[in-house]
Amino acid sequence: MSSVVSDATVVAEAGGVARQMADIGKRVAGPAAAEVDELSRFPSEAIGALRAEGLLTALVPRPLGGLGASIPEVSEGLASLGRHCASAAMVAAMHHIQVACLVRHGRNDHLRAFLAEAVEHQYLLASATTEVGTGGDVRSSVCAVDVDGGAFHVHKEAPVISYGSFADAVLVTARRSADSPESDQVLVVCRPPGLRLEQVGEWNALGFRGTCSTGFVLDATGDARSVLDDPYSDISTRTMLPVAHILWSSLWLGIATAAVDRARRFVQAEARRRPGTTPAAAMRLADAAALHQQFSDLVRSAALRYQEVEDDPEAASSLGFAIAMNSLKVSASTLVVDVVRECMVIVGLTSYRLDGPYSLGRHLRDAMGASLMVNNDRIMTNNAQLLLVHRGE
Amino acid sequence: MDETIRSVLAEHGRLAVDVSAIDDSTDLFASGMTSHASVNVMLALEDAFDIEFSENMLKKSTFESIAAIRAGVLEMTAS
Repeated sequence: MSSVVSDATVVAEAGGVARQMADIGKRVAGPAAAEVDELSRFPSEAIGALRAEGLLTALVPRPLGGLGASIPEVSEGLASLGRHCASAAMVAAMHHIQVACLVRHGRNDHLRAFLAEAVEHQYLLASATTEVGTGGDVRSSVCAVDVDGGAFHVHKEAPVISYGSFADAVLVTARRSADSPESDQVLVVCRPPGLRLEQVGEWNALGFRGTCSTGFVLDATGDARSVLDDPYSDISTRTMLPVAHILWSSLWLGIATAAVDRARRFVQAEARRRPGTTPAAAMRLADAAALHQQFSDLVRSAALRYQEVEDDPEAASSLGFAIAMNSLKVSASTLVVDVVRECMVIVGLTSYRLDGPYSLGRHLRDAMGASLMVNNDRIMTNNAQLLLVHRGE
Repeated sequence: MDETIRSVLAEHGRLAVDVSAIDDSTDLFASGMTSHASVNVMLALEDAFDIEFSENMLKKSTFESIAAIRAGVLEMTAS
């Protein structure tokens, strides 16, 4: 399942990581995308290619053995990857989110040693943040970590662990102890041999079919130092939530870009047939391009904003930042559907067909998942609450 | 002032324990106050003391204990 990186000393020049991910998107993820979608199978080729170039630890700082890439760089890379295969990009994004949490919030020696292993073997990290019985509220847990003599045990019924069957470790939220209230949570790294996963059900969904997001009963034991140093409330606010929303929005942008590409090529092919006449669809393409630019600028500026505050715990915990990171996700999940739909109208029936170079079926199906993976209503409810006290700075 | 703070916490804090079991330095978030509840506590405190917390006071550390809340309210009352 894991492989040694052939040359982990490949230095990421500025933009290098983004370029490498774009190349993997075009050469590897793209050709496999239709089959990944049709068979609902794990995008092993793309993840394998990321592994081979040490890219799974792109976000790990160079002193800790990683490529030292920034969030804006990985955001750009995921947008490129998402153009070719949204499932592969989503698996990669979810993994990078966990890496970011581990780097920033898992500072003890045991976790640093695990990180070093993750770099060497290019571990794929999954997460189990939802739980049967909490109704989709990730800031509440039923299960608890039980610590006894330096060892921990946790048992969790997870309705979803995306690509859980293919991961080398799972980061799990749980109550700090059996006596802790539901919102007093920690994040703990669970891995073999102490990790046991029993799959529950199958993943047969409209889109993101390659993410293999099945449920699991998770039972894990291990060294008690596998619990990350910081409370999950801090990890979530400062890192997991903003990074998740930025990286998801990045790959959704990729879906939108792919749709606009197809719409543009279609309109250009028409224009060549009748030079001198502006195809009616060109006006719609102008609308789609404007919408796409809103999307692109939104994602880029959100990634840069995160970069500005990521080393400042106070700034990263501010209400304004939290509201912005929530708004980003809702805006991006709406824009991706709007852009794809507009492109389908531009291309017409040819995009409605499931075959051919102008097909947009998979793009539309994947795009629809964006507003549902964490339901936008839940996110807006959180923002509504924050806006009751936010002063607007 | 402390009585008002404690009664606000009792009504809006959604703590897992009775507010009488909490001392000045008990971590309120570890006692069950969610960030959702903390917003309601902020609003109730503003209403009870007729103050408005400034943006830089609207962070977790201001509301993490009764002592922290008291200091915050005093600062806002003085300005």
